[in-house]
Amino acid sequence: MSAPHATRSTALHAGAWWVWALGLATAASRTTNPLLLGLLIGVAGYVVAVRRTDAPWARSYGAFVRLGLVVLGIRLVFAFVLGSPIPGTHTLVTLPELPLPDWAKGVRVGGRVTAEGMLFALYDGLKLATLLICVGAANALANPARLLKSLPGALYEAGVAVVVAMTFAPHLVADVQRLRAARRLRGRPDRGAKALLQVGLPVLEGALERSVALAAAMDARGYGRTAQVPPAVRRLTSVLTLGGLLGVCAGTYGLLGDSGGGYGLPLLVVGLGAAMAGLWLGGRRSVRTRYRPEPWGVRAWLVSGSGVAVAALMIAANGYAPGALHPPAVPLTAPVLPLWPALSLLVGLVPAVVAPVPARAGGGAGAGRSARSSSPARSAPSAPSASSDSSAPSASSARPSASDPFTKEPTQ
Amino acid sequence: MIRFEQVSVTYADAAEPAVQGVDLTVPEGELCLLVGPSGVGKSTLLNAVCGLVPHFTGGTLHGRVTVDGRDTRTHPPRELADVVGTVGQDPLAHFVTDTVEDELAYGMESLGLAPDVMRRRVEETLDLLGLADLRDRAIGTLSGGQMQRVAIGSVLTAHPKVLVLDEPTSALDPAAAEEVLAVLQRLVHDLGTTVLMAEHRLERVVQYADQVILLPGPGAAPVMGEPAGMMAASPVRPPVVELGRLAGWSPLPLSVRDARRKAAPLRERLSAVAVPSPGPAAVPAADAEPVATVAGLGVHRDRTPVLHGVGLTVRPGETVALMGRNGAGKSTLLRALVGMHQPSAGSVRVGGAVPHRTRPRDLLRRVGLVPQEPRDLLSADTVDGECAAADRDAGAPAGTCREVVARLLPGVRGAAHPRDLSEGQRLALALAVVLTARPPLLLLDEPTRGLDYAAKARLVEVVRGLAAEGQACVLATHDVELAAELAHRVVILADGEVVADGPTEDVVVSSPAFAPQVAKVLAPLPWLTVGQVARSLEGASA
Repeated sequence: MSAPHATRSTALHAGAWWVWALGLATAASRTTNPLLLGLLIGVAGYVVAVRRTDAPWARSYGAFVRLGLVVLGIRLVFAFVLGSPIPGTHTLVTLPELPLPDWAKGVRVGGRVTAEGMLFALYDGLKLATLLICVGAANALANPARLLKSLPGALYEAGVAVVVAMTFAPHLVADVQRLRAARRLRGRPDRGAKALLQVGLPVLEGALERSVALAAAMDARGYGRTAQVPPAVRRLTSVLTLGGLLGVCAGTYGLLGDSGGGYGLPLLVVGLGAAMAGLWLGGRRSVRTRYRPEPWGVRAWLVSGSGVAVAALMIAANGYAPGALHPPAVPLTAPVLPLWPALSLLVGLVPAVVAPVPARAGGGAGAGRSARSSSPARSAPSAPSASSDSSAPSASSARPSASDPFTKEPTQ
Repeated sequence: MIRFEQVSVTYADAAEPAVQGVDLTVPEGELCLLVGPSGVGKSTLLNAVCGLVPHFTGGTLHGRVTVDGRDTRTHPPRELADVVGTVGQDPLAHFVTDTVEDELAYGMESLGLAPDVMRRRVEETLDLLGLADLRDRAIGTLSGGQMQRVAIGSVLTAHPKVLVLDEPTSALDPAAAEEVLAVLQRLVHDLGTTVLMAEHRLERVVQYADQVILLPGPGAAPVMGEPAGMMAASPVRPPVVELGRLAGWSPLPLSVRDARRKAAPLRERLSAVAVPSPGPAAVPAADAEPVATVAGLGVHRDRTPVLHGVGLTVRPGETVALMGRNGAGKSTLLRALVGMHQPSAGSVRVGGAVPHRTRPRDLLRRVGLVPQEPRDLLSADTVDGECAAADRDAGAPAGTCREVVARLLPGVRGAAHPRDLSEGQRLALALAVVLTARPPLLLLDEPTRGLDYAAKARLVEVVRGLAAEGQACVLATHDVELAAELAHRVVILADGEVVADGPTEDVVVSSPAFAPQVAKVLAPLPWLTVGQVARSLEGASA
């Protein structure tokens, strides 16, 4: 089945991407083999490369990759400076050791740096970095706002709050940049704690004003309309939700604790059921309907299934080839690529084939357009006037003209 | 459709009511324009219609406002959402979701409409507003005109009977404003929507209005009537009406078309007179040492060229207007002149220095920029505090800034908070702060945004005065009337390149988008402003 072009109606359910990415992340957490982890990063990266859109949130992938590298770097620096509990014989360098008082026993600063210790840190850090990159892939491929739209009605308000917060972050970044530029205009230094304080207050003030304006706009557009619900139902909702949550807490405690093995699971199940019923009843207060919810179709099953399969196969591989999945750092050995686990990771490439092809700028969806409105070919990929240095999807800049330099007529 | 019965609104901490004695009815299917100087309560009146006043803003509303029979006292804004659609001044503050299509559907989702109804209305609205190509775009990537259309669309999908708009075209370039106004026309004519809007740029909208509500001054009761009649009494008037008053035409023309029909005798009289003096002030000497030179300037942002091969020379005493559509690179050029962008090609010299390598302290004395939002420049709690800070920043003797403020902004209290000033006053304060360091080159980015005619006239006077003293000034503006009043030279940017550079009358008269109204009426004669025509007529009769 060849993948169609992504439109609103063929778009993949955001949840499918998250299941896929979490499956890959689970697989990553089950191995320290750098070759397998590298393969996993390759799989996630390839799918992102062929299936991400030009939307602002899709640019967050690079930020996650950088974050992963930073985590890896920090892990290595710590292992280098603070030493590592891994015994090793291949000494790389010997740092001067800092004498520490008695009460800091067990902490070491400086000393012998062994190849084994560093290798172990590398494997470990790589695992963390891979986890982060998998989450980044989900972020880049699935619109977070759409994911929140799939929440049950009673949680809708919380979802809106999160969406609004997400759109505010880029505005704040743009505000800070604008106000720092304004400080320059007054001939003042734009660095230092004092500068930050003086920029910080107006930025907060601006954010507050914007949220008030947004609240007014939302109110005027019907946000918060509620249906009449009989008082009995309202009370029942509260009882179910609260009681259910209590049940979940007690049940979890029973499951994890040693003593209450008998009552833990049933209590947890009953609690969950009650909480779900409470949420469902609570949804009746809301009059909202949903515009074009994404269907969970065959492709969504395939994408999410491939992620689950990768996770399951990797867990299974821990049974038949534990040695290859966790190459020992002591003694130093070159890791080998185990064939079957490697092949099972490649299942994660399924979305690169079955997921709908995003409409790239310049091709497909937005090609024909009136002369006045801007050309998508150039406006879409280049929108972030401020995002070159910031990781967040700051493309939606605070004022219209900030993204304007790129919206031009296609005449030249 | 909208009834105000003896309405007055008093905000919580105010001594005087913001509006009072409002008693009028807006009939169904009319495009009604709210006119008046800044601070007379236009926004208050608009927000009273959608229920935000007093439910959201607080304050006390006396009397009664009914919309389609619903009393706003008993209906909070969300209960009025299906009859009144409201779009505020800043469309960005209006958006809740992140793509165009979701934004159009948002209001309907809140109202709980059935999915098939929502789907149909979204498609209809996309077509009606010409947004079909943008449906999947992220909202942050739209241009100003597109955003305004999406904002209007997002309230239209709920099929409101009344549309309330606050300054829908103020921030837009002339072409984008036409786009939005065409949509409003269509709504009124084809769908019978009642539109109530406030707008400072009367020259753009007054010709489309069926009714005008005039708020003559703070606390005065509004008057409603036919546009032509109201314009005769209004303290705020577009140039075409001014010209009509000057020439004694009756009824007053509201559009360029009306005026041209009546203008034949005037054109004859004027063509007998010598060509008017080009600018209000003497043209600066062409051989003076330039205060700023830009040659072959290229600026890139994220590898996308924003400016390309731009050349510009500014001499002392010269006022240059930068024009061009939203996003043509006007603001970028101004920012490059103060060193906020590093050139990727070519050179920028301001008073002999390279801006992006000059320390802010030193640059301050060479060039000053008043940004689009003058408030960014102000950080103190009081006007006096702001002045003292400006003196310190510029190393000027204490009281310098205060003197400039007294000149530009007579009668402002030193203890006032900059936020409590009107748009015009804030602009003047920011201008004073910048002028404290006496930079030979002054840059203004979109200075007339949100200014009424009176504030604009004051700005024109101030800048003319400065130019006469030898101050060089570059202003980036959409406001063709302002450019005609002020500029010796107009530079038009398109796509980051200079496409026209010459004396104002040569450049703007031939351009359909950038010609001021008087030039359109009198074309092919080179008169640009009502003031020029008046002087020429006086000269002829004397």
